[in-house]
Amino acid sequence: MVNFGYTIWILILPFLMFLLLGLAGHKLKPKLSGLLGTIGLGIITALSYVTAYKYFFTSEKVDEAFQKLTAFNSVWLQLTENLHIDIGILLDPISVMMLIVVTTVSFMVHIYSIGYMHGEKGFERFFAFLSLFTFSMLGLVVATNIFQMYIFWELVGVSSYLLIGFYYTKPSAVRASKKAFIVTRFADMGFLIGILILSFNTKTFDFITLTSLSGPAITQTGGAAFMGLSVLTWSMIFVYMGGVGKSAMFPFHIWLPDAMEGPTPVSALIHAATMVVAGVYLVARMFPIYSIAAPDALEVVAYVGAFSSLLAAVIACTQTDIKRVLAYSTMSQIGYMMLALGVSGYGGHDGLGYMASMFHLFTHAMFKALLFLGAGAIIHAVHSNYMTEMGGLRKYLPITHATFLIACLTIAGVPPLSGFFSKDEILTAALHHNKLLFAVEYAVAGLTAFYMFRLYFSIFWGKERHYHHTPHEAPLTMTVPLMILAVGSVFSGFIPFSKLVTSDSRPFESHIEMAVAIPSVLIGLVGIFVAYIMYSKETAIPDKLATTFKYSYKWAYNKFYIDEVYLFVTKNIIFRYISTPIAWFDRHIVDGTMNLIALVTQLVSFRIRGFQSGQLQKYGYVFVTGAIALAIIFVYLWK
Amino acid sequence: MITGIPIHYFLILATLMFFAGVYGFLTRRNLITVLMSVELILNAVNINFMAFNRYLYPHKMEGMFFSLFVIAVAASEAAVAIAIIINIYRRFSTINVEDAHEMKY
Repeated sequence: MVNFGYTIWILILPFLMFLLLGLAGHKLKPKLSGLLGTIGLGIITALSYVTAYKYFFTSEKVDEAFQKLTAFNSVWLQLTENLHIDIGILLDPISVMMLIVVTTVSFMVHIYSIGYMHGEKGFERFFAFLSLFTFSMLGLVVATNIFQMYIFWELVGVSSYLLIGFYYTKPSAVRASKKAFIVTRFADMGFLIGILILSFNTKTFDFITLTSLSGPAITQTGGAAFMGLSVLTWSMIFVYMGGVGKSAMFPFHIWLPDAMEGPTPVSALIHAATMVVAGVYLVARMFPIYSIAAPDALEVVAYVGAFSSLLAAVIACTQTDIKRVLAYSTMSQIGYMMLALGVSGYGGHDGLGYMASMFHLFTHAMFKALLFLGAGAIIHAVHSNYMTEMGGLRKYLPITHATFLIACLTIAGVPPLSGFFSKDEILTAALHHNKLLFAVEYAVAGLTAFYMFRLYFSIFWGKERHYHHTPHEAPLTMTVPLMILAVGSVFSGFIPFSKLVTSDSRPFESHIEMAVAIPSVLIGLVGIFVAYIMYSKETAIPDKLATTFKYSYKWAYNKFYIDEVYLFVTKNIIFRYISTPIAWFDRHIVDGTMNLIALVTQLVSFRIRGFQSGQLQKYGYVFVTGAIALAIIFVYLWK
Repeated sequence: MITGIPIHYFLILATLMFFAGVYGFLTRRNLITVLMSVELILNAVNINFMAFNRYLYPHKMEGMFFSLFVIAVAASEAAVAIAIIINIYRRFSTINVEDAHEMKY
């Protein structure tokens, strides 16, 4: 038995760092606080790597399967004898993998931020929030029970809110942070309802009990049904609603593009690599229930994922703000992961989709963080977010250019980069399950290659713009993380995921299916080629296409007016026909009753307050008269 | 030993004193006089105690002790009351009871 007791420090350290930087940060020099935060995170990263090594290579396996280990557990709220909420650390293949993802990306972002945020107001506040976020995210991934996950789930929401609104003097940032918080909070309401239904029926919060094959969730699938679906299915759909909100799937995706108002390192950490995959992680965590007991809910997961990925890919082709393109690309890739989970079965080779999803989560974290950090370096150099104001930057930013190109090739699925392997597994899983979903994802693969290279060519090739000052390469603190992540993007595809992270924790043989791999690489190359023709030199083709397909272009450019639909529904329907009458009722009926009571009391009191005159002798009169009256009553009348 | 004076003489005297005290308490405006009226009331009660003790239980002394207690209480009460009156005088520059009416609505 390997001892994992020290893993509690992976949670405690970032929290201490948050307290230190948050409370005493303004007394430290900015540089020192940044350095402290980064060193603290370095230690946590090292601990996570040690944990991963020990877990995957030295811990005991039973029947070839990796065991779920509870490294730490303490009962926090004892609700009833069986139902209690714990705080603890659960180690299993996916949580250990997520530890690696979160700490690696967070560490890179910390280093990068020292350069990127240099000289910003609130430097130490930024690092304090980053520590808070890292703490919450780590708490989320190692949660032993669904309620602990929910608590940390809300905590990551708060830290995301704080970091999006980091430039709190900018109205658009404040709006974006509120939007992100409210939209995800609304989705989390579904999550909470799901948790309550699930725990009410299974009488437990614990993940190990919930997901064990002989556990109450899987064996007691019977019970009341509503609209043709069992209670369990409904609860899993509600739980998934939380995941939809956090992972920016349709229809709760509207917050993610706006969240790009935050500083770019934040976008890389929270809105690309870690927090937004929490929804995928949630589904993966509950996967045995989805797969065995609630296949209908899993179908929902698959279709929502597929639709979101297609929608986002189409929108991404028309956006001009580079961070927004990347945001939609993130949404599209998360759609991939959701779809892969949705088409997966449980156990052995059937669990290919599950493995592929986790694999893609891992590789995506690397290359998407790289893309965002690269975008940050570009924005740092050009001082603009719009690719229409960029072009020909490859001469000025050689390192950024090289790493960005690697990331673009990775996401486009060019072998032998990591994106190729994970995407190929997803497509294979989809093909064996559902031809329609496969077709959608196949098209999205082409679109992905197209819009990423549209971005790449517009920024680094194309016509050179007139810049205010000559763009220069970012400092070493920013380029080193880029290079490290580029190495990760290139080589993480060779990690044998099918041996390590699988649906039933048992290794299985997976191989690249040529029938899928060759067409998917081809469509990627086609996408790149089309982008090359249209954007490598300034041509009239994009404009011509935009005018030819005027309406569809306009729809996609305006994100299919989904924001406007939300505005319409909230403002014109909910606010006008529900909120306004309720507000009227509250103001006039509820408040009116209270006001009436107060008014009557006041009027009466005005009348009778004369009794309390403060004149001692008047009181004396009353007292003496009363005494005499009582004497008369008791002596003469009381017989 | 007082002999030949019927008890109701004492009681009438006590009643007169009591109501004189009540009248003074309710009508006089000067706080010192009000205090004196209170003393009258107390002493009327003392007379009652003594008279009843003498006529009803001549061999017991509870009535006398009660009177002694009342006298002691009256003395301390006078001390406290005069302290209060002095403070009122300092605060309002008057000892007219009608002018000290801060404790109202």
